[in-house]
Amino acid sequence: MKWYITKRLLMLIPVLLGTSIIAFSLIHLAPGDPARTMAGEHASQQVINAIREKYGLDKPLYIQYGIWLNRALHGDMGRSIVSNEYVTREILDRFPNTFELTLFSMILAIIIGTIAGIISASKQYSILDYTFMGIALFGVSMPVFWLGIMLMMIFGVFLRWLPISGRIDILIPLQRVTGFYLLDSIITGNFTALISTLRYLILPSIALATIPMATIARVSRSSMLEVLRQDFIRTERAKGLSERAVIYKHAVRNAMIPVITVIGLNFGLLLAGAILTETVFAWPGIGRYVVSAVRMRDYPAVQGCVLFFAFMFVIVNLITDIIYIYIDPRIHYK
Amino acid sequence: MKGRSRIFLVLLLTAGLVFSTVAVASAGGTLVFGSSGDACRLDPADVTDGESIQRMDNIFEGLVEYKSGTTEIQPCLATSWETSKDGKEITFKLRRGVKFHDGTDFNADAVVFSFARQYDPSHPYHQYGEWAYWGYMFSDIEKVVKIDDYTVKIVLKRINASIMTSLAMFTVCIVSPTNAEKYKEDAFKYPCGTGPFKFVEWVKADHITLEANDNYWRERPKLDRLIFKVIPDASARLMSLEVGEVQGIEYPDPTHLDRIKANKNLKLLTQPGMNIGYMAMDCGHGYKDVNENGVRDADEPWEKTPGYFEPLTMKKVRQAINYAINKRSIVDDLYKRTAIVAKNGMPPFMLGYNDEVKDYPYDPKKARELLAEAGYPDGFEVTLYVMPVSRPYMFDPPKIGEAIQGYLADVGITVRFYQVDWATYIDETEFGRHQMCLLGWTGDNGDPDNFMNVLYGANACSIGTAGNQAFYNNEEVQDLLSKALQTYDVEKRAEYYKKAQEIIHEDAPWVYIAHANQHVVFRKNVYGYTLHPTSRKFFYPVWVE
Repeated sequence: MKWYITKRLLMLIPVLLGTSIIAFSLIHLAPGDPARTMAGEHASQQVINAIREKYGLDKPLYIQYGIWLNRALHGDMGRSIVSNEYVTREILDRFPNTFELTLFSMILAIIIGTIAGIISASKQYSILDYTFMGIALFGVSMPVFWLGIMLMMIFGVFLRWLPISGRIDILIPLQRVTGFYLLDSIITGNFTALISTLRYLILPSIALATIPMATIARVSRSSMLEVLRQDFIRTERAKGLSERAVIYKHAVRNAMIPVITVIGLNFGLLLAGAILTETVFAWPGIGRYVVSAVRMRDYPAVQGCVLFFAFMFVIVNLITDIIYIYIDPRIHYK
Repeated sequence: MKGRSRIFLVLLLTAGLVFSTVAVASAGGTLVFGSSGDACRLDPADVTDGESIQRMDNIFEGLVEYKSGTTEIQPCLATSWETSKDGKEITFKLRRGVKFHDGTDFNADAVVFSFARQYDPSHPYHQYGEWAYWGYMFSDIEKVVKIDDYTVKIVLKRINASIMTSLAMFTVCIVSPTNAEKYKEDAFKYPCGTGPFKFVEWVKADHITLEANDNYWRERPKLDRLIFKVIPDASARLMSLEVGEVQGIEYPDPTHLDRIKANKNLKLLTQPGMNIGYMAMDCGHGYKDVNENGVRDADEPWEKTPGYFEPLTMKKVRQAINYAINKRSIVDDLYKRTAIVAKNGMPPFMLGYNDEVKDYPYDPKKARELLAEAGYPDGFEVTLYVMPVSRPYMFDPPKIGEAIQGYLADVGITVRFYQVDWATYIDETEFGRHQMCLLGWTGDNGDPDNFMNVLYGANACSIGTAGNQAFYNNEEVQDLLSKALQTYDVEKRAEYYKKAQEIIHEDAPWVYIAHANQHVVFRKNVYGYTLHPTSRKFFYPVWVE
């Protein structure tokens, strides 16, 4: 087991190297000059040249990459061309926001998605099944942008139950320790901030959870149906176990394996930020950041983010694989 | 109580807390302003984007400032100034008893520091910024010299009549040298000026909080706190305003204006913006600015632009295109009446605007006649560069491009579209690769030179960095524009600009389309805000009831 994890962590190196090369080439192949973008329209050639020189953009690509790699190996991903701030800092400032939102929406998606899937499968072709799967179909096809605006209209503007945009009521002081607002408000014993953070989390979480929730529901249903048709389930039933025990004690555990894969994938994806949700709800997350970095041709920022996303994705996949061990009785690592 | 019902009760109470509208007692006079984006940096000399500038304008001040709502200059950190006889030296008397937010005294050293770090490459703090605006607006300043603790002298390389207006720009705001020394390369995160508001915190991508400067040299601002909250989506921004999460917003979506007007709790402030949206026709005159001095010298000969296209070099063809386009309809239907039709290359409220110029009316018949006279009775095929992004001076350029395509088809001209990403677009149009292009300009300092010379002078035809995207060379026009910059006599300047507009109108290298309005929306209990022609946002006089 230890060896397995070490091996997987070592595999991170080629993955990250590969991703960084691809990211580096892609953004440099795209047209547009970062020095010019930054200097603004109608800037003088001198200013543009000075910026190019300062950020080493006048050097050949492979040298730029070499310099960058050397720095990155020393833990320095450089400074953003746009903000002049360390890219690591920029990422760390935003990542906790994205993480909290992702965690919340995934919890929501997992609970509702799996329950709906299991119920649908165990009551196949019932009204409940059709309703759940109808909603799930609606969920996967829903434009998040529109859903977000609708949620804001209903719960924010008409009912006035929940706030519309942002991370926390900005008039509530919160001492930032870790950057994770829920954690920070608990650490500092700031109950008002905790409630506010929760209130601000609800709508974006629902918007963001919709698609994974629908996917999870559909996958758990089909996986459940498949498991229910297998021999060992027939054996359990023949043994005289109650249907409830068959489903919840034996079928669910086996049916969850593909669901976990889906959850892992979605989790990894969401950690790279949800651009639309973050934009609609003014969520200061990493998705919005990377999009604006690409638009501004902020090479160091894009590089840093891509590397960070790749890292997170690999870690999430690793965790998913480890969870398999505990769930799938057929897998053993020695 | 049984365990289960106890849990249920706890859940119910928590849900109640979460969903109840927690009314946060709003402190006396806090204004939360919904901005469309975050600031990039917080050093006034090192920012070029509107979002950063609007934060800077409430923390920092310059030697001079605009009179509220105008582009006229009045004293600020300088109490008076005198121009030398040859017009190349301006001596400023500085205000005494002013302190920076960190307690440092404001004096001549601070002024010299704030300027010198930008223009002097050997200055120890020069390395910490890009100083993009310096090269473009202030390169005529040779140096800034301290005379005594409260007197400084700005020495110019040549007479520049627009320099006083430029001195009201954020770029030359005065920063605290002590603060710069304390934070060094990170000073851009901890802004410290003399302005009405002090910096409190910057939560990246979320908000920037400022608080009233109790030791402000004028009367203390009425607002206790001023918060810029980032809400990128226009619909969300408006909804936040409607429910009162914010008290003001910028850039409302033009399609929301009726909804805003219908809401009694909101007030919409509108004013013509300091901008121009146009279509430029490449007349083909470019030059290489080898010594990068922004002026075409004798040893820099004219050459054809890469986009040189015979028909567009003829005045009659360009006039025909001006006659063929129905600008009124474009403004009404595509700008949704949030703009005014343009007939000159600068906004009507500026010094030297020539209102006598008679705009080309929409007259396709006349257009066809002119085309025939020019030798193109059957028209021709031409490429139009269409901007991929909306800009303050032009919403939805593809739609405007399509409209132009339709109008020109009516007179026999076939228009092909060319689109490319924005950074490349600027590159290519400054290189003169286009035959026709849509573009525009938002003024920086409120001086006519910042429109006329930057956009229409022959000196701005430099291939690669052209501001004159029509590559239009008329020596008389350039002569007038240069003269206007070399006299401090306002009347004379106005005359020169008026004459230049007349000639440009006759030569017709541009189709001036529109001056777009600027909008800001507040809740009705917000008072004292005045729109500024440059779209800069000054919150000093504002209060919330």
